[in-house]
Amino acid sequence: MNPQRFPLGYLALLALLLIAPALVYPVLIMKVLCFAVFACAFNLLLGYTGLLSFGHAAFLGGAAYLTAHALKVWALPTLAGLALGTLGAAALGWVMGSLAIRRQGIYFAMSTLALAQLVFFLLLKSEFTGGEDGLQGVPRGSVLGFDLSSDTHLYYLVLAVAAGAFWLIHRTIHSPFGQILKAIRENEARAVSLGYDVDRYKLLAFVLSAAVSGLAGALKTLVFSFATLSDAHWHTSGEVVLMTLLGGVGTVFGPVAGAAVIVTLQNELADKVGSLVTVIMGFIFAACVLAFRRGLVGEAIALFRRMIGEKVQ
Amino acid sequence: MTGPTANPAAPDAEIVLETKGLVKEFRGFVAVNGVDLQIRKGHIHALIGPNGAGKTTCFNLLTKFLEPTRGRIRFKGEDITRSSPQQIARQGLVRSFQISAVFPHLSVLENVRIPLQRRLGTSFHFWKSCRSLDRLNDKAMEILALVGLDGFARMVAVELPYGRKRALEIATTLALEPELMLLDEPTQGMGHEDVDRVMQLIKAVSAGRTVLMVEHNMKVVSGICDAITVLARGAVLAQGDYASVSRNPAVIEAYMGTEAAQAAGGH
Repeated sequence: MNPQRFPLGYLALLALLLIAPALVYPVLIMKVLCFAVFACAFNLLLGYTGLLSFGHAAFLGGAAYLTAHALKVWALPTLAGLALGTLGAAALGWVMGSLAIRRQGIYFAMSTLALAQLVFFLLLKSEFTGGEDGLQGVPRGSVLGFDLSSDTHLYYLVLAVAAGAFWLIHRTIHSPFGQILKAIRENEARAVSLGYDVDRYKLLAFVLSAAVSGLAGALKTLVFSFATLSDAHWHTSGEVVLMTLLGGVGTVFGPVAGAAVIVTLQNELADKVGSLVTVIMGFIFAACVLAFRRGLVGEAIALFRRMIGEKVQ
Repeated sequence: MTGPTANPAAPDAEIVLETKGLVKEFRGFVAVNGVDLQIRKGHIHALIGPNGAGKTTCFNLLTKFLEPTRGRIRFKGEDITRSSPQQIARQGLVRSFQISAVFPHLSVLENVRIPLQRRLGTSFHFWKSCRSLDRLNDKAMEILALVGLDGFARMVAVELPYGRKRALEIATTLALEPELMLLDEPTQGMGHEDVDRVMQLIKAVSAGRTVLMVEHNMKVVSGICDAITVLARGAVLAQGDYASVSRNPAVIEAYMGTEAAQAAGGH
């Protein structure tokens, strides 16, 4: 997609988000933003490199715990905690990526799943994570003199960081590096025959994606003041796939839309239908795969192109 | 790179690619059996043979997409038997594929920019805008014009007709300025006009470089190739120019048969 085509849309959305806490419960929007960042990071791999990772919860959860521990036990400043979570996830991404990238297709996905389960087990059994209880009562701290225990203050920090993360992903997609990623997604053998060491490109993409996923996890810890095992559970790895597919894989904005829909639905339905929410998610997933594979944003773009008379395959 | 290469200006300098006793076995099945190839600089060299003769395997060995079981490959006097495909691509030996190998959902212009990008040294720079790649556009358009695709630059590659996709693939290969181009069945599955166009194209782009191609179409082989190697059952059956190869009784018997006689008679 042309990067210059929708800057006004982004600005309008940002303006809306700036006034949103006056209209909607800020914690809900913050949760949406965290998952939107997570899904965008995931989409960098699935949508723009053609790698299906089934272990991204390890980065979200790993960073969530690291940040929680840094803030609660080590009493680091808030921003240092966020940075530590992000860097930790990047390091974990480097290790997992180096191992998984040696395999392709379904074997890559299975490798990431297996490694993520390993991380889950470590988080469950380690002492510093609080086992099944997780780490509770993490202090939010303050930034530049603003006390973050106020939801409104925290909201603007989360919004700024999420906007920065979105910009980074957007820029990566539309960078010289992003072009090579797309070439690898489109035809890996051809990229090799043109002289590119595709594994090194895949690894950098994997580390970037892991780092931004970690940032999402670190933010999430701040928002809820706790880190739990469910962040690192494979359900979460599956959820991010659903968000990305529903919003539109390989579109810049799709994962944001997907995350917004899924998180809001879960939030609304949790009290009303209880565990049936899983069944409803399953139906949405099936409908998405069967009826509108381009996802919400993908279908909208296709519709827009048809309206202005462009050819759509 | 010791011993024999001490004197690289020897008569061998004309040979750009050479194999000695190349063997590839797949679990006991010998697909390529002791092939000695010599590709002369500046030639369009065709690799022909009946189905299953080992042409594509041979091709994959030369481009390092397969590891040979035995034997040596030398490119410009250097042993590349153990090099990786991306290494030899950087040395100037670039291949195309049997199935059209474009990047389908990138534009035609972007397709050609991908190989050009490597020389900028920014291909890991995820923080730069891709507008920094616009300075490659002139060079890319120049290459596209060479293959007659300059009018299609904005089109998404998947929408190109088949023959044009092959032309785009050749353009992408050309962008690396390869000394040796390896084309795997460049005219496969094409109609008459497309075959003619691609044939003229290969002839045009072969100026100043060497081309090795696997080809079935005898019209192309007789029309533009300077040298021919005939493979049968994984071994070299004959080598030489079209006239001598097509008269070779073993070749006629094994493969060419009446088709060769007709093609020769038609000229």
